[in-house]
Amino acid sequence: MTLFDHALDAQALIGSRAREAPARAAARPPRLAPGKLPPGAILFGPLALVAIWELASAVGWLSPRFLAAPSTAIVTGYELLVGGTLADHFLASAFRAYLGLGIGVALGLALALAAGLSRIGEASIDGLVQIKRAIPTLALIPLAILWLGIGEAMKIALIATSVLVPVYINTHAALRGIDIRHVELARSVGLSRADFLREVALPGALPGFFTGLRLAVTTCWTALVVLEQINTSEGIGYLMNRARDYGQTDIIVVGLAIYAILGLASDFAVRSWERRTLSYRKALAS
Amino acid sequence: MTAAIHPFRQSTGADAAVRLRGVSRRFSGRTVLGEVSLDFAPGEFVALIGKSGSGKSTLLRALAGLDDGVEGEGTIEVPADRSVLFQDSRLLPWKTVLQNAVFGLRLPDADRRGRAALADVGLSGREDAWPNALSGGEQQRVALARSLVRQPRLLLADEPFGALDALTRIRMHELVFRLIGQHGPMVLLVTHDVDEAIKLADRVLVMEDGRIVLDRQVGLPHPRPRDGRVDALRADLLAALGVVDAV
Repeated sequence: MTLFDHALDAQALIGSRAREAPARAAARPPRLAPGKLPPGAILFGPLALVAIWELASAVGWLSPRFLAAPSTAIVTGYELLVGGTLADHFLASAFRAYLGLGIGVALGLALALAAGLSRIGEASIDGLVQIKRAIPTLALIPLAILWLGIGEAMKIALIATSVLVPVYINTHAALRGIDIRHVELARSVGLSRADFLREVALPGALPGFFTGLRLAVTTCWTALVVLEQINTSEGIGYLMNRARDYGQTDIIVVGLAIYAILGLASDFAVRSWERRTLSYRKALAS
Repeated sequence: MTAAIHPFRQSTGADAAVRLRGVSRRFSGRTVLGEVSLDFAPGEFVALIGKSGSGKSTLLRALAGLDDGVEGEGTIEVPADRSVLFQDSRLLPWKTVLQNAVFGLRLPDADRRGRAALADVGLSGREDAWPNALSGGEQQRVALARSLVRQPRLLLADEPFGALDALTRIRMHELVFRLIGQHGPMVLLVTHDVDEAIKLADRVLVMEDGRIVLDRQVGLPHPRPRDGRVDALRADLLAALGVVDAV
């Protein structure tokens, strides 16, 4: 049978497609892995939840005392924004979170470098951070209040200490896990220790640092939420606490939405920074 | 335990030599290299073949000065200007092709030399690419450029073609032979491929259980004649390796 005959047969098959369809479906191996989602499809779940929630509120299944409707929360959020108080509370929260994050990341990175690059650093620092890792940050609150009072310093210090841990652990592990083959190469081309750190050790540890940073951003918001429940007169947490006292579920929903937006936006910012800095990793796709 | 740092002399200048006297190395009491004494002639291309575990890589690492911490004796003298070509390309993924080619090269015109070395290995125009974007053969060519850009007096190549496919390997042989002809360093090529050794080297050493059991000048013109002389040499080398090619 020639190729031409095959082509004729194929045409004949198209003519009798209806009859042949089940046989062809059986011949093709089944698709085992789910296909790739089109862009934006990930929003389907959240949007569906909001729609059901709104519907449930509109028909009266959800009482506003139990949970405010999304539309009510949007109106409340807009009013708070126009009234000027929301921006102040938002800025107070963001200031706390990012100052704590900045201090914690800088400390974690400095400790990881000291422990990852020198034996005396490893001996003096690593054990301490591992112990700190075992103690939940929230367990430090009583002591932190006694030392630093119930003001901003205590909150920022606790955010910084909780953020420090993931940055330290991941950066330190990356520095320790440096590829021995790269070390040999550096020795064979006669690199000095300083050049080795700058050109091999630090760039090699960067992916680990970014992993730590992404975890740190999440940790920082978690710590913030808890700490803002303690003696605050400003911030999203204060806004939500006061709303609880008056039973204003719409303001609580606004607060939750702001936490979600801040968390997602920070994660997105870190991820796009990481993508740009580690662009060499995607080179395979090009 | 013997001192971990072995007598290791590095000489500079045009008459820098490769000279080994009574070099032995042991790993946890097992002798991997036993009393090896060896001299290279200037510009000599030496291939070192042997089964896995025969000690050939240990000898290369001793010459590279990458074996501190290993127990052993003997003196080694090698040129200070030497470079190592590893089996894997060992490119740093966060450096571009050009930055990899000039890695560790501290010269004002490093960039120009790097570009020229990349042109030599046929990678002009790929200077700013990331190593991940290159094929395995191209990556190994960058590694070759990196080892030749510093114009070494001694090139230590540890099975540099081992991970390449057969066609790429043939092209790399041609490239390496041509470039080494231009630069003229002494070469130690560690390989398990008898034909590769015959094709490229001036002199072939066969190693077994840490000792050099055969030291043979090839003494044939390039390209190797297709006659009985190559076959005879091949049979001798295989016999020294304890292999009978019956097919």
